[in-house]
Amino acid sequence: MRSLLNFLLRIHFLLLFILLEIFSFSLLVNKNNFHKAKVVNFSRQFAGNFYTKTAKLKQYLSLTEENQRLTEENNRLLNIIESTYKSDEIFFRSVNDTILNQRYRYTSARIINNSINKKYNFLTLSKGSEQGIAPEMAVVSEGDIVGVVKGVSNNYSTVISLLNLDLKISSKIKKNGYYGSLSWNGKGYKSAILSEIPLHADIQVGDTVMTSGFSSIFPEGILIGYISNFKEKGGSFYEIKVNLSTDFKSLDNVSVVGNLIQNEKLELEKETEKND
Amino acid sequence: MIKLFPRYLMSFILLVFLQVFILNNIQFSGYINPYIYILFIIALPFETPKWALLILAFILGLTIDLFSSTIGMHCSATVFIAFMRPYILKVISPRDGYESETLPQLKYYGVNWFIKYSTVLIFAHHFVLFYIEVFRFSNFFTTFVRVVLSSIFTIILVLISQYFYGKEVRR
Repeated sequence: MRSLLNFLLRIHFLLLFILLEIFSFSLLVNKNNFHKAKVVNFSRQFAGNFYTKTAKLKQYLSLTEENQRLTEENNRLLNIIESTYKSDEIFFRSVNDTILNQRYRYTSARIINNSINKKYNFLTLSKGSEQGIAPEMAVVSEGDIVGVVKGVSNNYSTVISLLNLDLKISSKIKKNGYYGSLSWNGKGYKSAILSEIPLHADIQVGDTVMTSGFSSIFPEGILIGYISNFKEKGGSFYEIKVNLSTDFKSLDNVSVVGNLIQNEKLELEKETEKND
Repeated sequence: MIKLFPRYLMSFILLVFLQVFILNNIQFSGYINPYIYILFIIALPFETPKWALLILAFILGLTIDLFSSTIGMHCSATVFIAFMRPYILKVISPRDGYESETLPQLKYYGVNWFIKYSTVLIFAHHFVLFYIEVFRFSNFFTTFVRVVLSSIFTIILVLISQYFYGKEVRR
């Protein structure tokens, strides 16, 4: 013990120096936005690299299921294409030029980090600003909702998962169009709460809930889930429990949806509000 | 030691004042920012305990930081040179060591010694400070030019200040 004290006494100069420097640097990083952003960006890049490696490994282990899924998808698509139908008697057909009026652009990305057991869950994707990902883009998985892009670095982006208490999504009931806002209640990764549906709406267990398209982030008609039960709350609204159709535990490949005319819509809305 | 205290307190206040209200507002083409306030650390007596050196440097840096809203930047640089100072003094000490009753000033040990001593400290300080400010090593040379130019300017200011000191003490 004494020798330890002696030792500490001997190097007190160095120790004090290191302590003060650490203190200064923590002040520097915590109080200055520029330096903070630098450090956060660095760690995001660093962690992203690490997650890519582990995700690659994980993907390798699940190759069989992935292959299976691809084959099924292939079969489904093969069934749809023209050549598998008889093409007699059709002389005129309308051409649907999808490029001309394209509104949403889909980019595929891989999830390299995912959490479901916190109150504020985030995902990390393997694509970033260099691949055209920008904040406020929607993230979907095979037509099911996943989340919204929050921050991007050059090659990675973080996504607010639907399983995040901060995220609210404008959604509607498919069969009658009543819309409300959907958010997670923090209880389990399989359900979320849809509120603000008026009492006179006719709803039943099993009804489909999907995005409304009112927000400029999500396209209309992205599947969210199915009503599992509902109760009256606050006199004039239902509180509806929705079983999510997305299985957040097995997410792997997702599509990022960019709204090509998002700005136009937002600007118009802003202008209208200003004129009021 | 004790009788030096009011004098150093005065110089602390004076230097911080000078730095914050005058020199911080001077910028020649964005390249030269002199930081004369470290003269306080340069001029501390030889006998200052090492730990006191670090603490004083930290307080000095923090004071400057508070006035220029760059919390942490100046502290780390000043603490760093306070850490270097004893070793530099040892390396450049005259053959028969430092006499008692003297201070690390130009009039006691001559121009050559003083320029060597202050240049190393000032350059080290500016180096750490400017690189922490930009917080990256890309554009290394742009920052390096700033370091060198500002160091030269600070050294000139420090030398001028030494001649002021000399006159006053002789009286």
